[in-house]
Parts: sequence; structure tokens; C-alpha cells
Amino acid sequence: MITKRLIACLDVHDGRVVKGVQFVDLIDAGDPATQAARHAREGADEIVLLDITATHEGRQTLLDTVRRTARELFVPFCVGGGIRTADDAAQVFEAGADKVSVNSAALKDPTLIDAIGRSFGAQAVVVAIDARRDPEAADPVRDAQVYVQGGRKLAGRRAVEWAREAEQRGAGEILLTSMNCDGTRTGFDCELTAAVSESVNIPVIASGGAGTVAHFVDVFGRGKADAALAASIFHFGISSARSLKEELAKAGVSVRLPC
Amino acid sequence: MRVTVIDYKAGNLTSVLKALRHLGAETIVTDGDLALVKAAERIVLPGVGHFAATERLDATGLTGAIRTAIARGVPFLGICVGMQWLYEGSSEAPAQPGLGHFSEPCARFSESKEKVPHVGWNSLEVRKDSRLLVGVEPGEYVYFTHSYKAPVTTDTAATTYYIENFASAVERSNVMGVQFHPEKSGATGMKILGNFLRWKEAK
Repeated sequence: MITKRLIACLDVHDGRVVKGVQFVDLIDAGDPATQAARHAREGADEIVLLDITATHEGRQTLLDTVRRTARELFVPFCVGGGIRTADDAAQVFEAGADKVSVNSAALKDPTLIDAIGRSFGAQAVVVAIDARRDPEAADPVRDAQVYVQGGRKLAGRRAVEWAREAEQRGAGEILLTSMNCDGTRTGFDCELTAAVSESVNIPVIASGGAGTVAHFVDVFGRGKADAALAASIFHFGISSARSLKEELAKAGVSVRLPC
Repeated sequence: MRVTVIDYKAGNLTSVLKALRHLGAETIVTDGDLALVKAAERIVLPGVGHFAATERLDATGLTGAIRTAIARGVPFLGICVGMQWLYEGSSEAPAQPGLGHFSEPCARFSESKEKVPHVGWNSLEVRKDSRLLVGVEPGEYVYFTHSYKAPVTTDTAATTYYIENFASAVERSNVMGVQFHPEKSGATGMKILGNFLRWKEAK
């Protein structure tokens, strides 16, 4: 039976894992390669590394980080942040990533999705969407808007439609972050996740808002998510992906256990 | 031990090479050196992407070289599209024939309310006499990402259920294939690759 995936996410700045609230007050949280290996050992089904450096000088550091992290990692490994061209993607794959996640650059030039998919296959392209409900809209969920630049700027697209276009262009998965919920620990945006998940035929990874085990149960059920990003949940009370999965299994969610 | 890995320009080889090297194998990559393939000790045909990409194997003459090597008894492992290529073909690219080592063609998952592609960790129902999957216990999981699948036949070494039962591994003597990605399937995947690297002709 197919299982729901729990994905550990590492935010990386200048080659180090960082923790912070909304990308401010960054605290050094260790070496990416060490942290990724630890998460994989502790039961994470996949690792996402998001580079938040996003400077030109940072690119080489990122490639070194990817190379070191990938070396001993034998679960799917996705890398995002600052991938603007198919060449950028090719370098990240060459360094050992299995998937790349694209966000702003794909909104600016959607053919980037086609280009990476053509060369590396749809399974290698994750389109990350940062979405916020529009309270003024007739249907706040269906009309949820896509944002870029860390949520500062409207992209002028609806999340559901953008997800569908990304799929048509050859994206293999959607990583959907609810900006309303991100950082709140009050639960995922299950309505938005379900709306996106039901409008595409590719997996949707839910992100933003996790605070308790029940939130994961909810997003895998009502939210129709195929996978969920577990980032900061490991910092408050739940020690590992394995213990989170054991709790999920008790709640009837199909997960990879033992792991 | 030495493994010849076929590069047919479909997706990226890094993960497969890394896993094989981690297990102590020496890897040789070729995109068309037929002599290397004919002299190979073991052959791995990876693959992520579209079945049509296997056209390159015909165009470069690799298909014939692989056929010769297989006939000589060289252990062969096809991964994902590399496994599907061992069959007669795939409805993903009907004009492109496969190797035809196993009968019947590959096909897309049936229409259902489930999503296609099948992406994620799923379990294996292993045939008892499988040598490739020896030591894989019930309830172990491996990582899949695919929309097309091989039919269940007498050569099937393991089945997996998603929408329907499909062949997640195939095995007849020295010719083996896995639909999942052992190089991305943690300890279980490494165990399977290790079995392939140790595979010897049964006495």
C-alpha cells in the first residue's frame, strides 16, 4: 500500500542549516550533510534542502553543500532556492540532487518547468507555490493568490490554476505552502491543500502550519495531501520522523514503518 | 567488482553511480562503446523519464551489444524505464520496441480516482525463490515514481499494489529488473543492489 510521505526540510544559508522565524533571527543549526543523514536515519522519507542564501557567490557554496549532503544519502533528495535556469538545475542534479524545486523563476518564465522536465523527467521537477487566501475574494480558497519574494509580492496567479499549469508543463509534484498558516503551528490549510490536490493528478506536498500530530492526520485526510513537509515540528516536542510516524500509524495513517 | 552503467541520456545517473560505489563497485559509464558492453562483467540500465528515450539504445547499437552480453550470462539489472525496456514495449511510446526479453508490453496504470504517477514508498510482495530480493522481508518499503508498469507474468519476482497489482520486480536467470529506485530506497534498496552485485550463475 502506498504510504504518506514525511519530508524533512533543511533551510540552508551559506552552507549551514539555519532555524529562524520568517527567515529572521537565524540560528545556526548544524551541518546540512550531518542533519540530512540524521533525518534519513530517523525515518524521514525524503529530504528537502532549501537554499535561502540566493546570492550569486552563494551558488558555488550550495553546489558543494549538495554534493556533500548527497554523498551518503540514499533517500530522495530535493534541492530548491535560486534555481533560475535549466543550467542551474543541471548543476544541482550533477551534484547529486534527485529533484529540484522551482518557485519564482518558474512564475517569471513558466517554460523553465518544460525545459527541466524535458531533460530530467517530470519526476525531477517540483514546483513550489507560496499561496495566501484572498479574504476579499468570492471564494477565498479557489481564489488563493500566489506570492513571490518570500511573500512580499503578488504573482498575479491563482494557486489552483498555477498548479494545474505547472502539471501541464511537466511538473512532477507540487509543494504548496500556505502563507496564512506558515509559522502559526495551528495546522495546515486543509481546504487549500485539498483544492489544489483535487485539481491536479500529481502529488501535492503540504507545508506550513504543523504543530501537532493531529495536524498531519488532518492534512493527509481532509487535506488530501500525498506528503507533508515537517520542518519546525522537530523543534517542539516531537523528536524524530519515526516517532511522528508511529503516532500517525496509531491514528490510522499509512506510513513507512519500520523505517 | 565492476559494473558497466549504460547512459542513454535519460535523466541523471548520479544517484545510481553513488549507490553502486557506496557498495564497493567500480563503475564504468558508457553511452555507446559497444566493446565495453560486450566485455562487461555486470550491466545496469538506469532510467527515469520517457520510454521513447530508449530509442537511443537502438540508434547507438547498444541494444545488440546488451543482447549479446545477456546471452553470454552477464548479470543485467534494469531500473524503472530500464526494467520496462526488457519487455516488448510500452504504450508510452508504441512505435519504440523494447528488448523483448520478457513477453507482453508495459502499459499505463488503469484509469481510477487515484493519481498517476505513482510516487512514494510502497511495499513488495516477494516471490519466494527470488535471488535479487533475497532478505527483503514483508513490510519493507521501496521508492517508486512512474506512470507505466510491467504486467504480472511467470517471470515476476515481486508485485506491488497501486490501483492494481503490477510487477515491481522481474527476474529470469541473469536478467533482472526493478520498477522502483533501489538507489533511493534506503537500507532495503542497498540490500537489493548488494544482491545484484553478488549475483552469480547458479551451479
